[in-house]
Amino acid sequence: MTYNLHLWYFIRGSNFYPKEPHMQFIKDRFNYLFKSTKGLILVAIAMIALETAIFGMLSGPMAELGVRDFMIRTLKMDIVQAEREGRIIILYHSIAMAVVAIETYMITSLLKMKEFYKLAVRVLITVGYLLAMIFGMGFAYWGHNWALHGLYITGLSLIFFAGVLLVIALWPWNKEVYQPDKAYACTKKGVDVERTAFFAAALTTVISALFGAIPGSFFGNGFEVFLAENIIRYPEKTTMEYSIIGHLHIMLALIAIMITLIIGRWLNFKGILHKVAMPLIILGTIVLNLGVWGVATPLEPIAHMIIYVGATPAMLGALMLVIFTWDKLIREGVAGIQKPNGWQKLKALLRDPLRFGPMWQMVFMNFTVSGVGILMAVKLDDIFRVWPAREERIELTGHWHVLSAIIATIILLYYGDMLGLKGKLRKIYGWAIIILSDLAFASVTIFEMKRLFIGEAVQQPLVNTLMLLMDFGLGMLLVVLAMVMVWRLLDLFKKKGRWTEEVEHELSAEVNK
Amino acid sequence: MKRTNRMSLRGAFFATKQSPFSRRLLLVAALAMTLIVLAACAPVDLDAPIPTFDTGLDPDAWATIPAGSFIQGQAADPASIEYDYEIMVTDVTVSQYVDFLNTALADSTLKVDGEQIVGFYPGDEFHAVKHEIEITATDYIFVPLNDPASRFTFDGAAFSVVAGYENHPMTNVSWFGAWGYCAYNGFSLPTELEWEKAARGSADDRPFPWGYEIARNNANFYSSRDPFEDMGSFGSRTSPVGFYNGQTYDGYVTLDSASSYGLYDMSGNVWQWTGDVYKGMHYRFMRGGSKDTYDMDLRIWVRNNATPIYYSPGVGFRCVRNP
Repeated sequence: MTYNLHLWYFIRGSNFYPKEPHMQFIKDRFNYLFKSTKGLILVAIAMIALETAIFGMLSGPMAELGVRDFMIRTLKMDIVQAEREGRIIILYHSIAMAVVAIETYMITSLLKMKEFYKLAVRVLITVGYLLAMIFGMGFAYWGHNWALHGLYITGLSLIFFAGVLLVIALWPWNKEVYQPDKAYACTKKGVDVERTAFFAAALTTVISALFGAIPGSFFGNGFEVFLAENIIRYPEKTTMEYSIIGHLHIMLALIAIMITLIIGRWLNFKGILHKVAMPLIILGTIVLNLGVWGVATPLEPIAHMIIYVGATPAMLGALMLVIFTWDKLIREGVAGIQKPNGWQKLKALLRDPLRFGPMWQMVFMNFTVSGVGILMAVKLDDIFRVWPAREERIELTGHWHVLSAIIATIILLYYGDMLGLKGKLRKIYGWAIIILSDLAFASVTIFEMKRLFIGEAVQQPLVNTLMLLMDFGLGMLLVVLAMVMVWRLLDLFKKKGRWTEEVEHELSAEVNK
Repeated sequence: MKRTNRMSLRGAFFATKQSPFSRRLLLVAALAMTLIVLAACAPVDLDAPIPTFDTGLDPDAWATIPAGSFIQGQAADPASIEYDYEIMVTDVTVSQYVDFLNTALADSTLKVDGEQIVGFYPGDEFHAVKHEIEITATDYIFVPLNDPASRFTFDGAAFSVVAGYENHPMTNVSWFGAWGYCAYNGFSLPTELEWEKAARGSADDRPFPWGYEIARNNANFYSSRDPFEDMGSFGSRTSPVGFYNGQTYDGYVTLDSASSYGLYDMSGNVWQWTGDVYKGMHYRFMRGGSKDTYDMDLRIWVRNNATPIYYSPGVGFRCVRNP
């Protein structure tokens, strides 16, 4: 290892040589990667990128090309046919845990909280997601070593405890964290309503995790795994099955709500729209959760109605954030221009893809996720359930994959800003993420809905085109991400690299003015 | 400082002036994108010539499945069927079904109703469960007429097989059409349990009828590179029943993929309708995966379902009978 490092420094030239003792070299990088906010986020993004790159090679289109078999042979994976669903569940969870960790790092850096809680939450969630990711995937894809499974469960448990601590840390009825600035949503006593929204989302996330953990223990103990999309048409489901279905829906919704709040804080959401949006998001979060928890209770027949009632104010709150941000971008962009026209306003809106992008992705989500969901709900028995269950499975899995990926792109756009990208590079990075991802997401959506306008027998050319566009969009997006990761990796070998500037950075200090 | 009123969005996307190279690059990208999108509109020749092979299998052959226990499902649960039954060694072929259509049309069991052939079904018990649609006693579609994906033709008086598809599985047949064929001949559709035991055998928990792993030449599935597919045009097509029997066809080597009871095509080629009618559900279940699905859907325990009026170029069936 040491020899390799020396070789690397030799190849790269003296500028890269640390000129510092090896232990100090490692200690400094370790402190950056595991103690600073941006370092922790970088590690989590790198872990997700690595996992996506490796395990994405096992998907259907890669199987067609023979890549899957090559990967299985090369990495000596132990793929048992009967365990596919279990593998996928662990894969989803391990990626989701890293995303939850990223959001937690952002929250603990953006919001005021006691140093002890910040440290404890970060230690628990970092150890937790790394254990869950590394040992979970080891268990799922490289044989059944029960020590690995134990470490995977330990990781998930640590993340849960980190969540409990975060809820305590976010407690909003503490005078030290009251909101003194009346430009932000707050009660007459000064309770910060935005912090309350974070608190509500964190609290319901912890509770909703139990809706997966309890049935997970029950089913996992007997290997009775199932994917929710495969049982969706069965008229009778057990409480445990309902619980799993509710869990997977609400966890993704809560991750989406949390990233909306985080982006709002980054972009300094305030004013009248903030004052209206925050109570709406709190109301939406709570009602949405009550509806989803109700799925596993005798309230199941009316649970969907409660969910719709909860989703509406939550989405209205997000809409207000979009209006606020775009209005702000336009006003900033046309400052100094007397009577700006429509084109100038549009140009102003689009000039910074990293700040425009998260909002655009939220709007785009309505076409690729919400719109599809509403259409399916309205025409379920008339159209979608005349088709085979496999078609419905494509629609279900497609739309939540898109939602997950949209959340990921929003994180990447924010991360671009954290990196301090400027000028042409900022635009290329930002627009690449937006255009490439939306190209893929639009293709996925058309693929999901293709039966509305094309028959099975003549669909192949369309399918080929859509697959190409999907693979191109996602593939190039991963290439962009890989380039950023390689750049950051090389940067770590520099004594005065960018990482040294980021060690002390906190996101609260980088909130937009 | 007053800014100029430029009518261009370019500045929003590019921080600096574009070079001729980047303009050319953008143009090439736009052209490539246009070509890719246009490729989606390419016409598909559903009547493209299909290679014909004699597999040597008799579509009228039946296999006996003895009573007894077996291992069922993905979680390998113990199960048992306490009676012997026989199941067709292969799917019902287009040729067999066309014979049925001609006979049943002649004796008025079936009739032409607009663009479809219909037959009587006695209906199911209705439980008014959410999403359940009532199946009353009336005529239902067996097969569509004039569907370009069908492998049979109808001249107004008689049915005939599209040349080359005689020994291919019958497709574009609804659950009613499959049920009707079996009932007309004194057979029935297999229950899911009967189907699974016949596919898996009684010895182990294998995921595929032939064993634990799947190769491209074990079965006809999506992009399995068999002689009948062209993924650039019409995609995957059915293969003759029993094609994967270890023979070599014009240089294409198949693996013998029979189940332990000697059945062929229990995984891949076409989904197979099964006969169960479940309480509170009008959906009918299919097993086996098809030419249009990835190999994961070819695993023995995988279920698919659709309304009983659904038909597709990827769905067929086989029958069971008492010994």
